[in-house]
Amino acid sequence: MADCPKILSARFEEPDSHTLAVYESHGGYTALRKALTELDPDRVREEVKSAGLRGRGGAGFPTGVKWGFVPQNTGKKVYLLVNSDESEPGTFKDRYILDYDPHLMIEGAILSSFAIHSNDCFIYIRGEYGWLVDRVQAAVDEAYAKGYLGKNILGSGYDLEMIVHKGAGAYICGEETGLINSLEGRKGQPRIKPPFPAVVGFLDCPTIVNNVETVAAVPWIVNHGAAEYRKVGTEKSPGTKLFSLSGPVKRPGVYEVPLGLPLEDLIFGEDYGQGMRDGIELKACIPGGSSVPILTAEETLDVNLDYESLAEKGTMLGSGGCIVIGDDANMPELLKVLLRFYHHESCGQCTPCREGTGWLDELVGRLIDGRGRPNDLELIEKLCSGMAGLTICVLSDAAVMPTRSFIQKFRADFEALLPRTQQPEAYVPTTSAAELGRR
Amino acid sequence: MSEEHQDAVPEVDASDAAADAVAVTDDPTKAFSFSPEREKKYEEIVRRYPTRLSAIMPMLWLCQDEWGWLKPGVPEWVAARLEVPISRVYEIISFYTMYYTENPGTYNLQVCRNISCHMAGSGKITKHLCKKLGVGLNETDSEGRFRVEEVECLGACGMGPMMQVGKDFYEHLTEEKVDELIEQWRRDG
Ligand SMILES: Cc1cc2nc3c(=O)[nH]c(=O)nc-3n(C[C@H](O)[C@H](O)[C@H](O)COP(=O)(O)O)c2cc1C
Ligand code: FES
Repeated sequence: MADCPKILSARFEEPDSHTLAVYESHGGYTALRKALTELDPDRVREEVKSAGLRGRGGAGFPTGVKWGFVPQNTGKKVYLLVNSDESEPGTFKDRYILDYDPHLMIEGAILSSFAIHSNDCFIYIRGEYGWLVDRVQAAVDEAYAKGYLGKNILGSGYDLEMIVHKGAGAYICGEETGLINSLEGRKGQPRIKPPFPAVVGFLDCPTIVNNVETVAAVPWIVNHGAAEYRKVGTEKSPGTKLFSLSGPVKRPGVYEVPLGLPLEDLIFGEDYGQGMRDGIELKACIPGGSSVPILTAEETLDVNLDYESLAEKGTMLGSGGCIVIGDDANMPELLKVLLRFYHHESCGQCTPCREGTGWLDELVGRLIDGRGRPNDLELIEKLCSGMAGLTICVLSDAAVMPTRSFIQKFRADFEALLPRTQQPEAYVPTTSAAELGRR
Repeated sequence: MSEEHQDAVPEVDASDAAADAVAVTDDPTKAFSFSPEREKKYEEIVRRYPTRLSAIMPMLWLCQDEWGWLKPGVPEWVAARLEVPISRVYEIISFYTMYYTENPGTYNLQVCRNISCHMAGSGKITKHLCKKLGVGLNETDSEGRFRVEEVECLGACGMGPMMQVGKDFYEHLTEEKVDELIEQWRRDG
């Protein structure tokens, strides 16, 4: 869409876009100057609240509202933790911001910290993004040298310390309370909520955890105002969002789209995916990262990319990791790949998740290997109902959602793996898993 | 956590220790030392992080940058220098997958096996790598240089199949491209 402003991706293709010089030549840090000289923290928060910006890490919670939960004058420090743990399968958009426009994230993080009266900010980057840790650190160093960070920023009296922290390989550290525990030097195991981090977070201090893309939208909102932001997107899903497009499309990549764009356009549009690769037909699509329910081809062609439309179809916008699946794919095998992931990444605190993800992985695995039993699909459903909504964090649900939706929507593919006789123990597979896989 | 590291002792040269009446190893904080540049980074970490416990992760990274892995004795040294319980250091080492208590070899080839890469043919790449290097998954080759591992989504889903080697990502892999990379690394030694 030509008329959609580029709020997040304006400089992605610019040479040396990661440097302070290029960022400043494009008007970088003017929002910070404006906020520190003309606005106060409450005004910044109000602007973001009226803009209707929603968290881009997965849950879509209104950012300005969340900021409002931070109690003031408690005598404790307030922390902003920028979540750059990006590990949701199918998601690679925060990487683009950190790689091509780290100063956009930094300016956004400073403004967000200012808005919640925080003087201490951490950027938590997943360990596998080692080269991005270096890149962001270099940008932070530049910002310190220029007086955008540190004591008395731009002579305003406002101080902010920013530390770039490198994770060490654990999906669960992306969950906000897992991230907090990790930063405290513990296993990244989530905490029970409430209390919510906004009240009791890092080192028991009020803490806001925001996704990279969320804070990256803040400079534009401060510069142009909430009303301009609301001109893009839909009533309940204002603004733009980055989508990571992967799977057998002609042009996979990261695209900034106005919320409300038909999913069909993202996959087939000239400006985006440009359609399926030759000889492959669309079979399904997971629109928001691997944890959200899958859509059939018909559903994919009949939904818009905004929080409400996707919810109506029983799925979620999530992280915007749009995984396109072609008719050459083997659905049980893809589900097995996802379950192996959740099994591997379960932190092990809650029994339903620790045991359940293992059993789901095992059950789908045995179906594929030809060791399935006649009532395995019922058994899987029974397991799912013992896992969803019963744990400290939603990793358990994140395993259940693809499981249920894959089996419900592509049931024939799974039924074909069930033994035909009613004697489970005596069942001897006649077709090898490999043959089934290449059916 | 592997058993052997639980009671591992700092690596010291016995003859040195004998020669020196007050052996440096009596002070656990002196069992190892960083290069001057990393020592400066260490001081910065201790100064900036709000607690010693939260400094364990960056400190372990520094060690891994310095020696390539967490050799026996290093976790104990970290605990001594940061004045934190050794159990807290091992809590972290055992939970996070990127801290190595075994030498991973010079080229640790980590191929993503998650959904988008799977659809793009990551399985074929892994098989090809194993065959070419004559190793199984999670095995190091006879010269101790190459190791093949399967890992979860690395955030390159639109550019699969892909692998990570050290800090670098190699994307859009084909069997030919992988062959070239290995030849290159073999020449580099
Ligand atoms: C298992 C799990 C993994 C998550 N991983 C991430 C992640 O990698 N990045 C992220 O921003 N949010 C992640 N989240 C969501 C965070 O808990 C949190 O909602 C988010 O960082 C809040 O920021 P936002 O309001 O700006 O979206 C994850 C949640 C769960 C349950
Ligand atoms: S699925 Fe391989 S990098 Fe994401």
